[in-house]
Amino acid sequence: MSIHLHNIAKHFGNTQALEPINLDIHEGELVGLLGPSGSGKTTLLRIIAGLENADHTAQPGKILFGDRDVTNVHVRDRRIGFVFQHYALFRHMSVYDNVAFGLTVLSRKRRPSSGEIRARVFRLLEMVKLEHLANRYPAQLSGGQQQRVSLARALAVEPEVLLLDEPFGALDAKVRQELRRWLRHLHDELNFTSVFVTHDQEEALELSDRVVVMSNGRIEQIDTPDDLYRTPKNRFVFEFLGDVNHLEGKVSNGVLTCGDAYWHVDLPDGHEELLLRPHEVRLTEQPTSESHLPVTITAISPVGAEVRVELEADWLAQPWLATVRHTDFEHLALRRGQRLFAHPRHWRRFPETESKATEQSRVA
Amino acid sequence: MSQLATWRTGSTRVLPGFGLSMGISVLFISLVLLLPITGLFGQLAGLSFAEYWAIITEGRVVASYMVTIGAAAVAALVNAVFGLLLAWVLVRYEFPGKRLLDALMDLPFALPTAVAGITLATLYASSGWMGRLLEPLGFQIAYTWVGIALAMAFTSIPFVVRTVQPVLEDLPAEVDEAAMSLGATDGVAFRRVILPHIWPALVTGTGLAFVRSLGEFGAIIFIAGNMPYETEITALMIFVKLQEYDYAGASAIASVVLFVSLALLLAINIWQGRFVRRLHGGKG
Repeated sequence: MSIHLHNIAKHFGNTQALEPINLDIHEGELVGLLGPSGSGKTTLLRIIAGLENADHTAQPGKILFGDRDVTNVHVRDRRIGFVFQHYALFRHMSVYDNVAFGLTVLSRKRRPSSGEIRARVFRLLEMVKLEHLANRYPAQLSGGQQQRVSLARALAVEPEVLLLDEPFGALDAKVRQELRRWLRHLHDELNFTSVFVTHDQEEALELSDRVVVMSNGRIEQIDTPDDLYRTPKNRFVFEFLGDVNHLEGKVSNGVLTCGDAYWHVDLPDGHEELLLRPHEVRLTEQPTSESHLPVTITAISPVGAEVRVELEADWLAQPWLATVRHTDFEHLALRRGQRLFAHPRHWRRFPETESKATEQSRVA
Repeated sequence: MSQLATWRTGSTRVLPGFGLSMGISVLFISLVLLLPITGLFGQLAGLSFAEYWAIITEGRVVASYMVTIGAAAVAALVNAVFGLLLAWVLVRYEFPGKRLLDALMDLPFALPTAVAGITLATLYASSGWMGRLLEPLGFQIAYTWVGIALAMAFTSIPFVVRTVQPVLEDLPAEVDEAAMSLGATDGVAFRRVILPHIWPALVTGTGLAFVRSLGEFGAIIFIAGNMPYETEITALMIFVKLQEYDYAGASAIASVVLFVSLALLLAINIWQGRFVRRLHGGKG
């Protein structure tokens, strides 16, 4: 079921939680709403669910599920599944009764027979790999198990739209990773439309078909994870999607200077701020005629496929982060306190006056 | 024995002050609670069982049990409904004057019960504000068991509100929302999700209100009318015996009230323990 939001806005008292928003989500899509806290992403999700009402303005907002106008439809009649961050399981009911709840509250006409309910609940429990815990109570389960129960409970009523509010936010890293993969798998298998909220950019990029980046009640960009990472529309999106190093200084005659550091760069004269990702910083033992950016290593942490190196210098307001391959790390024999030279491989700038971002690569 | 030894040395206990605080607690309970009760049984010792039985099964006394228990049951049930409603309103909604209403809830505890009794009696007497309105309609409240129940409800409502309120606060609104997103109507969500959660607290609160009503004296005595066999409460029977300097008789009746209250509280505690274990992960 596709979802269309038209001119949806929301006020809480005097604060504007959502500026008028338009958003189209295609059928079968898995969409992530990504943003810092207070960006309005949860409010938007709750409005889609019907747990919150959009503002009544001069041009009233509209919510469509496919062709069905659900703007004024109560949450219980919208045929959605909602998964809460803190599970919101019914603590006095067994796992089985929790999952069966949505089926047992159906009107007598639409309610399946008790045998059919039983079969359906066990099929769902099998899907979330919890059939052996059907008689347990929520308090006897781990966080990850509880969230799987809450997912099975939401899916029991065969919703057309599945909405998840920070579904993995309360779980530890490893369980989160596992559940993410599992949700992606489930989504592909059952082919419903899903919208989930997260503040974790890695989660959004890994899980979503498309990501909606939000800040201050506005949509900043809607794109596939790949396009989002490669071509961020503005500085907020770029900074929110990963670690960023800032290089700030004055450009004159094609040379950017900042304290005792300088760097040849093809930009007009004036004040400039350039942004670099950690993997766009190269480290060498000697400066070149093109660049002279002396830095000192203050911390080294070998994490996964790369080594993360923290760099400081008196011409830098904030320390830089560089990621180095293990072979380079061994080759340079990096250690704390060592003085090196940084070379930007690639950078971006988001001038406030121009709407278009500039980027430039240099063969290093 | 070995356990005693570790208690004495305190080697396994990190929190300090167990000996002192426990000692003072036991002493306090003994002085304030156990000593008077022992005194009560001491009075009873002067009676043979036949005498004891004769006192507590005397017609007028038995009638007072009926009035007291009946009125207390009605008051407790009424309080269960309205106390739950009040707790719900205080927890779930924001409105001007919420703090004031919350504070008002404790008024029956703070007010001398005799003051409440006199106020209720003048209000509901046939010449009072309420009595004047209700009497022509055929409702007689003062000097009937309805008046007794009313006075009991007044003094015991905080028990229900104050036991249900924290449990309701503990139940996140998300749980209601989950029930509704699964298609439950308001009524079904309340009956199947909210009520089972607050049920133990509601039963405990209602039980406490009931037990409190069994022993209430000051608030009731002015509105009850105190007609033998009709509107005499058990607490009044004790008072009457005391005025006749019949301490043993008073103690005998008091012991009945004590046993009923104690048995009820114990039963609620045991039942609630089993229920709570289930919510917190026990096998219950």
